[in-house]
Amino acid sequence: MSNDTTSNNTTAVMPELTPQQLFRKQAAGEAIHPDAEDSIHRHVLTVLIENTIGALNRVSNLFSQRGFNLESVAVGEGLKPEQARLTLVTTGNDRIIAQVLKQLNALIDTIEVEDLTEEDHVERELCLVKVRCTSEERGVLLAMVDVFRASVVNITPDSLTFEVTGPTAKVNAFIGVMKDYDVREVARSGRVAMRRRLAFEH
Amino acid sequence: MNTSVQTEKATTPTPANPSQGLASGAEILIRSLEAEGVEIIFGHPGGAIIGIYDEMHRLNPSFEHVLVRHEQGGTHAAEGYAKATGKVGTVLVTSGPGATNCVTGIADAYMDSIPMVVFTGQVPTHLIGNDAFQECDTIGVTRSITKHSFLVRDVKDLAETVKKAYYIARTGRPGPVVVDLPKDILAARAPFHYPSSVRIRGYNPVGRGNTEQVQKAATMMAEAERPLFYVGGGTIISDGAERLTALAQKTGIPVTTTLHGLGSFPENDPLSVGMLGMHGTWYANMAVQNTDLLIAVGARFDDRVTGKIEAWAPHARIIHIDIDPACISKNVPVDCPILGDVSKVLEQLEPLVQPGDYSAWRSQIDAWKKECPMDFERDGKLRPQEIIQALREKTGGQAVVVTDVGQNQMWGAQFYSYVHPRSHITSGGLGTMGFSLPAAMGAAFGLRGMDRDVISINGDGGVMMNIQELGVAAAHKLPLKVVILNNNYLGMVRQWQELFHEERYSHTNLEPTNPDFVRLAEACGCVGLRCDSPEDIASTLEAAWEVTDRPVVMEFSVVNEEKVFPMVPAGAATDNMITAQFNPEACA
Repeated sequence: MSNDTTSNNTTAVMPELTPQQLFRKQAAGEAIHPDAEDSIHRHVLTVLIENTIGALNRVSNLFSQRGFNLESVAVGEGLKPEQARLTLVTTGNDRIIAQVLKQLNALIDTIEVEDLTEEDHVERELCLVKVRCTSEERGVLLAMVDVFRASVVNITPDSLTFEVTGPTAKVNAFIGVMKDYDVREVARSGRVAMRRRLAFEH
Repeated sequence: MNTSVQTEKATTPTPANPSQGLASGAEILIRSLEAEGVEIIFGHPGGAIIGIYDEMHRLNPSFEHVLVRHEQGGTHAAEGYAKATGKVGTVLVTSGPGATNCVTGIADAYMDSIPMVVFTGQVPTHLIGNDAFQECDTIGVTRSITKHSFLVRDVKDLAETVKKAYYIARTGRPGPVVVDLPKDILAARAPFHYPSSVRIRGYNPVGRGNTEQVQKAATMMAEAERPLFYVGGGTIISDGAERLTALAQKTGIPVTTTLHGLGSFPENDPLSVGMLGMHGTWYANMAVQNTDLLIAVGARFDDRVTGKIEAWAPHARIIHIDIDPACISKNVPVDCPILGDVSKVLEQLEPLVQPGDYSAWRSQIDAWKKECPMDFERDGKLRPQEIIQALREKTGGQAVVVTDVGQNQMWGAQFYSYVHPRSHITSGGLGTMGFSLPAAMGAAFGLRGMDRDVISINGDGGVMMNIQELGVAAAHKLPLKVVILNNNYLGMVRQWQELFHEERYSHTNLEPTNPDFVRLAEACGCVGLRCDSPEDIASTLEAAWEVTDRPVVMEFSVVNEEKVFPMVPAGAATDNMITAQFNPEACA
């Protein structure tokens, strides 16, 4: 019995790829150089599902079952009460994103799956932040409300609770600024997204 | 039968005579199965579904019920039935352990795209979530191993749910569907109406392929110099084997099949290069590594086929015909995907292709075939390959061969030379030991009266995992031919231990726990035969085929250390095979 695991010495910087191997790697969004990383993209998907017991479970289960990344999920009733609309944020190379879309479509309860990433779309996230503060700090904190177009939803003698809505970057920035203070709680809704135009307009 | 769902909703039960025109959920289920044309169900009663069994006793339904001795055996029997006949297999089990015992069979059917509907009992609706006796979240447990599942919450939805379950299980890429039936739903009453059709908004299986893509494929086929068909089980599922065979013979393109593709193209045809992959032929793997056009037909680029995926088919452009969009470019990005039913796409493709001149390519393949043929040592010892070949000779390739998992599975795949679709049944995806005996039993039920032998090929390890079904096959007088290749080892694990773990045979010796299989067979009402030497193979088979009114168990005491060759070590490139004949480095 021979020990023949080293038929091809691939210690060179560029592995010897056939044109077809190169095509497949590029189609999958995989790295071509041995030291390079795959190009990973963040994708925003909207999914329309039957609003039945277990349908949401099937969607979330799919991500763990297939080992896909799931950065955020936002769910709620859609236009029709019998349908729920999900906004999912996931990451992966081209092959994985294609799989995510296909596997979502394969679910029997799925009515429509859309990848908005390349489309002209609006993204919003809602965030509640509770900060413990002294009466001296309160004035400074309240001044920030205007800058971020946030609003104060609750005030107690020792705390302020803000609500901020916007793209994720803005929410991140707001939380970043608040971290200089005594932030006690953060609750984020996850992103919701929508194409800017009607489907037939483009 | 033509009244719509709306009109029956209008039929409200009158309190004076509540049973008038109404049926219990249990009766609705039975009537629905009859309306669906179900011929046979494999089941095991229990508390949550006792109502169904009571109604079955009362109604004497048109389908047959087979009482299996373990729910897992029931699921595999349903799989074997489905694979042999192309119809949907049906299983009926109780809640809790009844349902969990089905998990392996459901997962197996999911991996191998087998149409199956599993009805599971459930505790009454008001007890769900209370950790009631024999409660299990069946829908939750089976979520990732079913094509779809239903929990019936209203008896009025039951008939339509049954219709949907069979529709989903059978169409598109087939798969298992679970229908969970709470006990109170089975007792509740409603009018019975079985819908003639159902529509599911989010589920629209594809049919014909895109014309442009088919044309593109035909062009690619015309351009190729060294094309190769790579044919999987989807071809058989869509009843496309004849079309595939015709297409290959018209064009002169050689054919390799996967484990599940065995029988889709006659292996005794000169164009056949046999099975590819980990234990495929050396020449099939060489053909894949050198082809410039791989035409994948109803196959899914499984890791046991591709080995080290980056090194697989390095020169091939790929056409992929498949009904499941998620299968396309899942493991290997392809150049020309064609989404559609294999049989329909092949029909579209046939008029567009011409015979090609592949003489150089064909003679190269023939040279590979001569260089490293499928063979084994003949030294007067009883070797399993010889037994499989003798079975092939005895049956003329007309039998349905149901293999278990492990070495017996690979020898059964390598040495029978399959010529008919649906003549080879195995657990390929999940690799479930204990599959063969109950699956062969299910196949035999499906093929009763058709004069086809059903052979169950087992190792001494796997056969013990569902041996309880032997008594069921005997009770139904099924003339199963059960072959046990007894090497007193978990042979495939032992093989890996010998080759890759420096002969540390950790817990693979079964000798201390193996029963006397001949006496075991007789205790179960079967005929038991034993064979210890190659000279006795023919007479053993002769004696076995004399028996027509019950199963025959043939125990063959084979060489313990026999290994399956050729072999691609896990994770290696497929042209990096270990063969029995020579050092692969010398000729790769």
